[in-house]
Formats: sequence, structure tokens, C-alpha cells
Amino acid sequence: MSGKPKLHYFNGRGRMESIRWLLAAAGVEFEECFLETKDDLTKLQKDGSLLFQQVPMVEIDGMKMVQTRAIGNYIAAKYNLCGKDLKERALIDMYVEAITDLNELLMTHAFQPADKKEQHFATIVDKATNRYFPVYEKVLKDHGQDFLVGNRFSRADVQLLETLLMAEECKPDILAKFPLLQSFKARISNIPTIKKFLQPGSQRKPPLQEKDVPKLMKIFH
Amino acid sequence: MSGKPRLTYCNGRGRMEPVRWLLAAAGVEFEEIFLETREQYEKLIKDGSLMFQQVPLVEIDGMKMVQTRAILSYIAGKYNLYGKDLKERALIDMYVEGITDLMQMILMFPFAPPEAKEKNLDSIKERATNRYFPVFEKVLKQHGQDFLVNNKFSWADVQLIEAILAVEEKIPAVLSGFPQLQAFKIRMSNMPTIKKFLQPGSPRKPPPDERYVETVLKIFKK
Repeated sequence: MSGKPKLHYFNGRGRMESIRWLLAAAGVEFEECFLETKDDLTKLQKDGSLLFQQVPMVEIDGMKMVQTRAIGNYIAAKYNLCGKDLKERALIDMYVEAITDLNELLMTHAFQPADKKEQHFATIVDKATNRYFPVYEKVLKDHGQDFLVGNRFSRADVQLLETLLMAEECKPDILAKFPLLQSFKARISNIPTIKKFLQPGSQRKPPLQEKDVPKLMKIFH
Repeated sequence: MSGKPRLTYCNGRGRMEPVRWLLAAAGVEFEEIFLETREQYEKLIKDGSLMFQQVPLVEIDGMKMVQTRAILSYIAGKYNLYGKDLKERALIDMYVEGITDLMQMILMFPFAPPEAKEKNLDSIKERATNRYFPVFEKVLKQHGQDFLVNNKFSWADVQLIEAILAVEEKIPAVLSGFPQLQAFKIRMSNMPTIKKFLQPGSPRKPPPDERYVETVLKIFKK
């Protein structure tokens, strides 16, 4: 046993990617166990490893943690990425929850039936550029600091960067009207742990390809 | 200004009900503003009260908090319902998140088309009795304590009692295979703050009806 956290998921982003980002940002090395077939999932369910029969599952500090938010909260708190007091945490939580809502839209794009894809894409762009990005642009403008909350690096910065990059994959010029988000992106990408995660060969996963969707459906449905 | 938390939402359960439960369980009095028209909602957006243009909104301790989980985490932390350390919090978070997945099915139920209702009800029953309730039945059986996490009342207990009652409204005999949960339900219902919340005249909202669904669609649908 290595003592490193061990992540159980399929070999792709999905709901585990934000956990990979957080661990990487905190400079924590981790191992991964990839589900390739439905049998892999069934085996985990049968041996009682999955509290609610679902992945993500992360083995960490003697626990078999499930539920993405629970896992994210634990890692963020353990590595001092959730603010210095309840009020900073409240702000970080609000920012992270909203980013998660946008992430959910981005994540489900590959699964949309062909006739719904265009509409879904339009929704993503609309929500990103009218509901979410303006908030973070304004936060950065109002305080003029490098990080979103309390002038200190937190999980909110990590999750925002993750989402900005995913949104750009969806529409490369999506940050055109958001100069502070562009400089935020550059700045946070240069933090050593994150820079390392963004390099080829890291445990960061590529976007889901349409050709991979059938295999995924086989595991989970 | 009263200093009490102020909740802004429709006059019904929806995403705000867990917040009402948690504040009530913590013995915290609160005020409520009910959205009845689209104009009210648009005004809230215009005056910048809704960070992401959405409710729930809870004004508390000088903040205009949005995002249900952020609100709940803050309340749980403030009123010592979030465990004594990181590991207890991890357990509470896992339990709460699992229960929230079940509650999401109940939340969406009134908004599904009539022809999907029977299938959705079956799904709720299946998930409750095969995925979620067995976990908590086992937790209670294994440690034999009154509360889910480390013998102390927490957010997880509040969320579970809320979910049990909500599922029972739809599937009255749902606890028949779960003696520990039956005892848990009675125990929680008898805690003074929760007992008070369960009485008529409390801020607890009734199950959603057609009028509630209409109001929500009228205010929020684009």
C-alpha cells in the first residue's frame, strides 16, 4: 500500500476530473484504477466498496470516499484550499457550486443526441457568457487580486481554471469579452503544480470523444 | 433589520426546504419572502441580489448567499452540525450527498409529464429501498447509536429525517423493511426543535401541488 490516494473511475474526465485537478493543484500524487467493463463496476459494487454503488470512489486516509462533492470538500480542507474561516468558505462554496453547474452542462455535451446538440451548445455558450463568466470577471475586477477569495489560492481558483479551459475547448474564443479571466487563466496556469498538470503525460484526461461514448454507456447502463 | 436569516424562494418546498429544515433543527428563527410573480424575480436579478440569477437566496450574517449546498454548509458549520473534524465531516458529506441524490428525484417529480409519473414513482421506490435506505439502516445497526455520525446530532440526521418523511408521503409503507430507520424517524421527530417544525403553523411547507408547479413555471420558465 503506497499511502497515495487511489482513484476509481473510467479512463476519462467525467465526475472525477475536478478531483484530479484538486489533488494535482495541491501537489498530491495519486494512483488510478480504471473501470473498463461493466464487470469492473459490478465487482466494486459486490465487494461493498461503493457506499451508494456509484463511482467516483477515492481511497484516501483509510476511507473509501464516494460522492464527488464529499471527496472534493475533504481534499480541499485537508490541503488548506477552502479559505481561512466560515465566511471565506461560504464564498468559495458559492463560486465552486456555480462552476459545477456550468461543468455539468459541459460534461453532458458529448451525450446529447444529434438533434439536440446544437441547442445544447447554444445553452452552454449563453450560460457561460451571460450567467457565470461575468460574475468571476467582476469579482477579479472589484478586488484586483490574483485569486478569487481572500487573496489566497483556493479550490475556487482551481475549479474556475478547469472550467475556463473546458469552455475554450468547446468554443475557442469564449473568453473574448473577459480580459481578466484571460489573465487569470494565464496566471493560474503558471502555478508550478498546475503547470505540471497541464503538461503532456500528466494524469489530466482528454475531452470525451464521441467514439468513446458507447463504451461508457456499456459500463454504466 | 431583525438579524434573523431571510429566505427568498417560492412558497413551497423545492430547493429551499432542506434549508428550512436545517435552520429549524438548529433552533434558528428565520423570515421568508415568497416569489409570486416573474416581475419580483426580475427585480431581484436587476438589483444584483442573485449572484447567478437564481434562487434560493438566503440573507445571513451580512451575506446574500446563493447555491443551496453553499448555504447548507454554512449553516451546518455555524451551528455545529458538521462534525468535530475533517473525517466526521467527510462522513456527513457522503451521507448528505447520497440523500440529496434521492431528494432530487422527489424534487423533479411534480414537473414530469403525467405519463412519466408512475415510472418515476417506481424509480423513487427502487432507489430508496435498494440503494439509499439500506445504507443508513446498516449504519445505525452497526453502531447502535442514536445519530448517524459519532453519536452526535448533525446535518446528516436532519437530511435523513426530511428524506424519510418525503418518501413516505409518496410511498407510505416504504420503511417496512427498515426497523432501525423507523426508530430513527420517531427519535428525530421527538427532538424538540424538529418536533416544533413538524407541527402545524411552522415554516415547513406542504408537498408540492399543481398550483405550486404553475407558480414555478410562470416565474422561471423562459
